[in-house]
Amino acid sequence: MSILVFVEQRDGQVRAVSREALGEAVRLAAALGGPVVGVCPAAADPGLAALGEAGADRVLLAAHPDFALYDPAGYAAAVAAAARELKPAAVLFAASTMGRDLAPRVAARLGAGLATECTALAVEGGRLVASRPVFAGKAIQRVAFPQAPALASLRPKAFEPVAQPGRAAAVEPLAVDFDAAAPRARVRRVTAAAAGKVDLTEAEVIVSGGRGLKGPEHFPVVEALAAALGGSVGASRPVVDAGWRPHAEQVGQTGKTVSPRLYVAVGISGAIQHLAGMMSSRCIVAVNKDPEAPIFKVADYGIVGDLFEVVPALTEAVKGIQTRA
Amino acid sequence: MIQVVCVKQVPDTETRVKVAADGRNFDPAGVTWVLNPYDEYAVEQALRVREQQGGGEIVAVSVGGASVPTALREVLALGADRAVHLRTDVVAPDPLALARALAAEIGGLKADLVWFGKQAVDDDQAQVGPMVAELLGLPCATVAATFALADGRVTVEREVEVGREVVEVPLPVVITAEKGLNEPRYASLKGRMAAKKKTIEERPAELGAPALEVVALELPPARPAGRIVGQGAAAVPELVKALRDEAQVL
Ligand SMILES: Cc1cc2nc3c(=O)[nH]c(=O)nc-3n(C[C@H](O)[C@H](O)[C@H](O)COP(=O)(O)OP(=O)(O)OC[C@H]3O[C@@H](n4cnc5c(N)ncnc54)[C@H](O)[C@@H]3O)c2cc1C
Ligand SMILES: Nc1ncnc2c1ncn2[C@@H]1O[C@H](COP(=O)(O)O)[C@@H](O)[C@H]1O
Repeated sequence: MSILVFVEQRDGQVRAVSREALGEAVRLAAALGGPVVGVCPAAADPGLAALGEAGADRVLLAAHPDFALYDPAGYAAAVAAAARELKPAAVLFAASTMGRDLAPRVAARLGAGLATECTALAVEGGRLVASRPVFAGKAIQRVAFPQAPALASLRPKAFEPVAQPGRAAAVEPLAVDFDAAAPRARVRRVTAAAAGKVDLTEAEVIVSGGRGLKGPEHFPVVEALAAALGGSVGASRPVVDAGWRPHAEQVGQTGKTVSPRLYVAVGISGAIQHLAGMMSSRCIVAVNKDPEAPIFKVADYGIVGDLFEVVPALTEAVKGIQTRA
Repeated sequence: MIQVVCVKQVPDTETRVKVAADGRNFDPAGVTWVLNPYDEYAVEQALRVREQQGGGEIVAVSVGGASVPTALREVLALGADRAVHLRTDVVAPDPLALARALAAEIGGLKADLVWFGKQAVDDDQAQVGPMVAELLGLPCATVAATFALADGRVTVEREVEVGREVVEVPLPVVITAEKGLNEPRYASLKGRMAAKKKTIEERPAELGAPALEVVALELPPARPAGRIVGQGAAAVPELVKALRDEAQVL
């Protein structure tokens, strides 16, 4: 049996999260047997043969003029058609904004179980078991699938891509049977985020500011450190609710769940709802003037002090290292 | 215009999770139950649409056990006209099973707008809304950060990694609500009084066969204890050294 992977493209580029999903498919295929097959809805081939190097044996290209932008109904029809044809053991998606929207639609069409935002997949006694954080990371649920295919969406950055240099995937057309005239949700356009801005869920480094910043006018303190570290800016909820920062930057139970290499919490107390969103970060640094702040319980390194002194000094020190390097 | 709002009763976000004796579920002892936070945005938007349209009916639907009417009463107090409790004693049915039960109820209602939260903050699946849409053959826009309705067409914007997608979709439609869609109102005293007179119908939930089997619920490994490297700006060199040499993140 094969492992099917939804290959996500935007602007004619395959997204890195799909390489992570292909990497996991290679590991599953080693345990379950069978080829790794991608399915990519697109207006034109975004260079799918190159995905051989990321582990794909074959990639099915579902080409349609409406598929340049994400087309929920069309993409769901394509992935469901591929699954019906291949009868895979599992269908993997990245838990990106696209994958999160698409996977449940495909699951409903196939009448199959879906585990979203998985952080690990394992084969136990011949069956697939998916681990996924629940209660915003306060617990881990492990689920199995009573019938095939097993559908899973994979949290960005939780899975490693593979590198198989010099390998090419066979690209084959997939006929998609969907009614383009039927009423459906259409993405009319995508308004671009500020240039160079990395979404928090995919950022390697995040510097988040909380109420300790005292006002939106002080956020440049956080922005400067983020820039020095090559990272993105995050925020606690009160800061977002007060309109100091956009919703896209909120980290926590009702914001984004992030797992960067480095998370710096500046003037954030560490309420349970905030911790839920960032506790899986690899390294956590906290700057807070209150030594009793709960954020210090999860931080790997902390500095007790006034953020307005500590953070600019840290920014300068980081810049210093980089000029030397 | 008929609108349906699907709501879930969930543990308060302050809850410290404990694993139940079966090793698979969450221990509900001593938990405070609330309306799922994202569903508050869904309810609020339905109320605003009714105000904008100058009338129409809002039906709240929830699947669950004996405590669910409390959540439904809350939605009635906010202004929904009536409520349906799809009763089950199954603990935490999977999303597809929930979607089947909801679709069976909603299918007959001829709704123009069917509202969901983006995700339930207990199971964090973010599945039930789009699954119900598929089962009913309705178009769906998920994770709506904005909402506008004009001439039988809905426009929503959704945050994506590269910016915002602007999605257009004709009625009837399923929408899932993101935080920030609006600012939910609080129930008024008058609303609470009125809610007492509104009906909550109860029917068995038609869940069908499970699509997922929970094998275990575990607590995440505790993070190893960290350390305070020092006080004030003087501690910065020590921090930078630790980040570079120990954690190797610089
Ligand atoms: C349903 C629900 C969902 C929620 N979801 C989220 C969520 O997704 N994300 C989230 O973040 N919160 C969420 N919350 C809110 C959460 O409970 C806390 O209120 C919030 O996280 C606190 O934000 P904060 O740490 O910025 O502010 P505060 O708790 O006020 O902390 C500010 C900190 O700054 C420190 N400080 C002040 N001045 C300085 C200075 N000069 N130098 C250094 N330190 C300083 C203080 O010591 C303090 O620790 C949610 C709440 C509810 C009820
Ligand atoms: N038991 C339920 N009864 C009614 N609606 C539900 C139920 N569970 C989930 N929903 C709806 O589906 C949304 C997404 O839930 P989930 O897919 O579980 O994350 C919630 O915000 C609710 O609007």
